Amino acid sequence: MATKASRSAARVMMAPAVILLLGWMLVPLTMTLWFSFRKYLPLRGGDLGGAGFDNYLRFVSSSAFWPSVITTLLIVGSVLVITVCLGILLAMLLDQPMWGQGVVRILVIAPFFVMPTVSALVWKNIFMDPNNGLFAHLWRFFGADPVSWMSAASMPSIILIVSWQWLPFATLILLTAIQSLDGEQLEAAEMDGAPHLKRFWYIVLPHLSRAITIVILIQTIFLLSIFAEIFVTTGGAFGTKTLTYLIFQRVLESQNVGLGSAGGVYAIILANIVAIFLMRIVGKNLDA
Amino acid sequence: MARSVTPQRKALNTAAAWAIGLLIFFPILWTIITSFKTEAQAISDPPVFLFFDWTLENYGAVMERSNYGRFLWNSIIIAGGSTLLGVIIAVPAAWSMAFVPSNRTKDILLWMLSTKMLPAVGVLYPMYLIFIKFGLLDSRTGLVIVLMLINLPIIVWMLYTYFREIPGEILEAARMDGATLKSEIIYILTPMAIPGIASTMLLNFILAWNEAFWTLNLTAAKAAPLTAFIASYSSPEGLFYAKLSAASTIAIAPILILGWFSQKQLVRGLTFGAVK
Repeated sequence: MATKASRSAARVMMAPAVILLLGWMLVPLTMTLWFSFRKYLPLRGGDLGGAGFDNYLRFVSSSAFWPSVITTLLIVGSVLVITVCLGILLAMLLDQPMWGQGVVRILVIAPFFVMPTVSALVWKNIFMDPNNGLFAHLWRFFGADPVSWMSAASMPSIILIVSWQWLPFATLILLTAIQSLDGEQLEAAEMDGAPHLKRFWYIVLPHLSRAITIVILIQTIFLLSIFAEIFVTTGGAFGTKTLTYLIFQRVLESQNVGLGSAGGVYAIILANIVAIFLMRIVGKNLDA
Repeated sequence: MARSVTPQRKALNTAAAWAIGLLIFFPILWTIITSFKTEAQAISDPPVFLFFDWTLENYGAVMERSNYGRFLWNSIIIAGGSTLLGVIIAVPAAWSMAFVPSNRTKDILLWMLSTKMLPAVGVLYPMYLIFIKFGLLDSRTGLVIVLMLINLPIIVWMLYTYFREIPGEILEAARMDGATLKSEIIYILTPMAIPGIASTMLLNFILAWNEAFWTLNLTAAKAAPLTAFIASYSSPEGLFYAKLSAASTIAIAPILILGWFSQKQLVRGLTFGAVK
């Protein structure tokens, strides 16, 4: 159906988006790559010449590197486990017949729409403040000593906040997937006397597997670059310095651009490994 | 998957779902309630829930402090501007990919998606330099451009999935009747595409409104949106819970309302059509 004229018209129409994204990808990326091989200290003389792979080696051998990798993996891993497991349970519950389903859906989804700086600050102060927070009141009510969450339990606190933000996303996508499940298949299994757990394990879970994979991949990409939640709560202190935050500090706080850029290249490689898997699934879906 | 169940079972489901729903929503509800308390009530132990003298004084204080209106206006301009600009650039691209697909369409779509995976922190300093070079640091124009670029792949993708649902036969019929490309777009495609375009804009407005890496790092005072305004509360100053709550409530209220309308689009937009 496409004529030659419409083909060239199509190319012209696509051009602005393609050129802009190409520029957006290539220009800063090339600069980051360039800086990563330079000794570049904007406040202490600027570009001080080539550095070979020094920045890459120094970034990895700095004492902050491995802790930041572990922190990143811990946050991403815990949030994934929490949101996917609770998300499946919640999606199955929301799929059941009930009164006021629409309203409950709205209540559950709401946290996703709260801007990250707001949710982090509200949790940090109004809930987790060791003197005046709601948790402190609750702890005192039960005769326990209030916990200073952001210093003594910094990681669980951040994981809780981030999980709260992302549980709605997981639930919503898994619920969409569950609703496309063939009810007759389940009923047939029920009539054949398959117990709940078996029905879940052999019918529901396999049906959800693709949606679960997608939730995991998309969340991983977003969670790897969590920033605001740490910026406004601990500022990277108390063992909550993620890889993203470490790079941010190298670049903007200590103004060591070469070193930070090398870190940035590591982060880009890490994100790309996850992205390849996601693209495969999305690409397959395009053919269908 | 609607199945018939006993009323008892339905009541049980309802109770469990409402309890969990309210638990998840509670932090937001509590923030909204706290915003109507005095600072003393906001930290009182035991906490007061509903029975207190509701006051609007925090909203007044927040509005006065540091020119709240300007932050709000910046948020509206940045989120609205980047969404509008993105749609203007993405509509032709998505149109041509949906209706004049070539062998490379799939590759181009996937490549666009891959630009979305670029971690922002990896290109923080280059962006910083480019912004200084072009005098864009702390300007709304700069943020409109950056947020447009980071959301452009999602906009193209969403529009593409919507456009693909428009039956091609209608276009062919129009072409047979001698419709030019221009009239085809204006009289046939646009009216059919408007719901999809509207949903795309809605979701992207929300994403841009909440974006908190570039808005925190590339603004100072002039162009800072609400994300940065709220972040300025991260160093506590005396009693500030009620004011923080009021500021937060204003910052999230418009998006909560918009967000409730965009649940379906959320799934489509964020899974790139992979979950239906």
